[in-house]
Amino acid sequence: MDMSQYLQIFIEESKENLQSLNEKLLQLEEEPNNIDVLNVIFRVAHTLKGMAGTMGFMRMQSLTHSVENVLSEIRNGKLTVTSEMLDILFQCLDALENYVENIINTSSEGEESYTNLIQQLEDILAGRVTHEPIEEEDDGYVDYSPASPLNVDDEFELPESVNFVRNQALDSGMNVYKISVLLSTSCMLKAARAFIIFSDLGPLGEVIHAIPSVQDIEDEKFEQEFTLIFTTDESHEKLQQMIMTVAEVDGVTVEALGHSKVRVEEVAPEEVAQPKPVAAPTKPAVAEAPPKPAAPPTTTPPAAGGEGAGATKQQVTGKSVRVNIDRLDTLMNLVSELIIVKTQLEGISHEDLSNNSESNYSDSVEYLERITTSLHDAVMKVRMVPVETVFNRFPRMIRDVSRKLGKNIDLVMSGEETELDRTVVDEIGDPLIHLLRNAADHGLETTKDRISLDKPEKGTIQLRAYQDGNSVVIEVEDDGKGIDPQAIKRKAIEKGDISREVLDSMSDQEIIDLLFRPSFSTAEKITDLSGRGVGLDVVKSKIITLGGTVEIDTVLGKGSKFIVRLPLTLAIIQALMVNISAEKYAIPLSNIQNIENIHKGEIKLVQNQEVIVLRNQVIPVIRLDSILELEASNNETLIVVVVKKGEKQVGFVVDSLIGQQEIVIKPLGKYLTNIHMIAGATILGNGEVALILDINTLV
Amino acid sequence: MEITMKKQYVIFEMDTQNFGIDIQSVQIIERMKSIMRVPKSPVAIRGVMNLRGEIIPVIDIRTLFKMPPLGATEFTRIMIIRMEDSMVGFIVDKVKEVLDIEPGQIEGISTMQGKIDSSYIIGVGKVTNGEEIVTLLNHDRLVEVAFGIQE
Repeated sequence: MDMSQYLQIFIEESKENLQSLNEKLLQLEEEPNNIDVLNVIFRVAHTLKGMAGTMGFMRMQSLTHSVENVLSEIRNGKLTVTSEMLDILFQCLDALENYVENIINTSSEGEESYTNLIQQLEDILAGRVTHEPIEEEDDGYVDYSPASPLNVDDEFELPESVNFVRNQALDSGMNVYKISVLLSTSCMLKAARAFIIFSDLGPLGEVIHAIPSVQDIEDEKFEQEFTLIFTTDESHEKLQQMIMTVAEVDGVTVEALGHSKVRVEEVAPEEVAQPKPVAAPTKPAVAEAPPKPAAPPTTTPPAAGGEGAGATKQQVTGKSVRVNIDRLDTLMNLVSELIIVKTQLEGISHEDLSNNSESNYSDSVEYLERITTSLHDAVMKVRMVPVETVFNRFPRMIRDVSRKLGKNIDLVMSGEETELDRTVVDEIGDPLIHLLRNAADHGLETTKDRISLDKPEKGTIQLRAYQDGNSVVIEVEDDGKGIDPQAIKRKAIEKGDISREVLDSMSDQEIIDLLFRPSFSTAEKITDLSGRGVGLDVVKSKIITLGGTVEIDTVLGKGSKFIVRLPLTLAIIQALMVNISAEKYAIPLSNIQNIENIHKGEIKLVQNQEVIVLRNQVIPVIRLDSILELEASNNETLIVVVVKKGEKQVGFVVDSLIGQQEIVIKPLGKYLTNIHMIAGATILGNGEVALILDINTLV
Repeated sequence: MEITMKKQYVIFEMDTQNFGIDIQSVQIIERMKSIMRVPKSPVAIRGVMNLRGEIIPVIDIRTLFKMPPLGATEFTRIMIIRMEDSMVGFIVDKVKEVLDIEPGQIEGISTMQGKIDSSYIIGVGKVTNGEEIVTLLNHDRLVEVAFGIQE
């Protein structure tokens, strides 16, 4: 059974559900008696359980089930919310996130079944027992021990949905059998044998459940034995005989099953509505397998199925963006306008052109220009996602950090709706986590210090995002102790990589910027959160690779603010187009400091390196024509494009300037990856290709 | 490469010799276009071109085969070859025709004389009643050689 098409949906929705569980649990911690929040949590957990079950992720389902049990008891007022309980629930969330991670990477949930968490959840439930007597209707919960699905014995457990179908079948007078098939140890194509059994059973009734799951059986993920729950009108002898006729089957046990102990109606009212969709996926398994009673032991059909499943496993889910339908409508409208222009242009025949009805033509071209600009905007908007997708995991993180540090921290977020390109959003998470942890760990004082400093006991970290022109600004601000330039100075002297004279000549801001140097940490003590000195330089380099900048604004004793500035998108940049010899190159505008006309005679040689002196600064000069293996020019005046990378300035000699242009960055492809001085290529208006110089490697 | 059944080959000419590439891997044949040189790229790489918004590298087959250079003529074509997940252009002197060649017509080669590295040659096909011969190429290997990728 091919589940791959549902897998993507499952992953997306599970992520959303886990995120909202996270948020709501945090809210529950604030307001333990808010029944609305609790209801939402319960509903989300229930959905999650149902989806996991549908997809055959048994371990995930059983963990969610235990969580749901606890939640249901809280909802019924039999348990009260404690912070220990929330800790365990948060751990369960982490475990569920791990499952989803595993599913994303491998399409399977993995082997971990988190029995200790399930045990802890059961302890919580058991804790209730000491306070109140068990009520009859709770039998269902106590009976349900989340056994590993492979552990098949007489008292094996079935998902509620299966039991529901089973009870229904029994009620309607059908037989329900548990069929255990033991394949011979010499059987090479177990999946093929299982397939034949499935197709033989197909016409007789319905396989309502399989252990291991149908998917696993198809993938040969079982030893010698598998178990089916089968509803049929046939007798049990007939089934036994039929399966024994299949080659390489060593043994078959067919047991009749009665009504399940766990009455579905007693578990939860919502359950009744659920079973149909949950049970549905197992049905097509039988329907899909065409009944081939006389099927010779050919391997073809199952092999094909196996291949499909194999592909799913490798297929690590691709990136996707959820797009608002309005945006797609805009896109659609623009495309239809494009078609109109095309028709217009077609309508202008050659005669029209020669009969100087030029205006018609240029009107259309102008129209076309307007449409392409809007089309470009619209497509860029489709790629944009709100930073909320990154921000929403921070409250939980700050909660954990504040508990670990014993600090009282309030995280205030704003501007979550600010949008950034999907690729930037994916990358910005780690640097922000780093900055937030820094703020919590080093920025904010301990509660005791805060009280003695007459500051509010609760420290505040503000996380702000807003759009500023063509970039998005994200600020992380704390009201802690701020950064002391003197402390950094002392540290720098201690490390000895900068001399005292240089330090003395530096401004406070320059000294604070030293924090971004590799292996520079001023933390007095190293904690497991931060302070190992592998921090801010990593943050900075990550942000720079994203084409952004980071600054620090700090007031000693009042707090510090990290300002991260990011481009709206990575795919399109402003660039300066230049001619070098006969070729055209693009230099990203963000790198360029200034452009100077220099007379040939002004270039001096210092240690065989050409330099120019510009406003009392010595700047090395690189002749791009020689680096790019082009003919050297012999101009009297040279155009030098001065580029800045960090503190370093370098001048590049070009032949002439073409102008500033917005360019779309395109990769050179996998075959030309080791050419470091080229960052990519772009297509010019005339269809020709120009290369983009990678300034970072050239400097 | 396995040769089991009749295949169609695109036949092209290089310095009066005939070569063939499996038609399945030929995406499109373009007239000569402007190609941007890429500095520091392997010697047989002429540069990159724009193929409908995609940047693809172009291999100069003459340079690769160590044949004397020849400027673009009215017959010069760029054969766009589909690789696993990308495309590569081959500059050839002239694209002649598409031929059906049966496995029986193909002779394997043990050692090929001349300067051509033989690792990308599948075999030699005899066509038009054995009067003409076509050297059949393994385009994957050809690209690897051009970019200096080891086997």
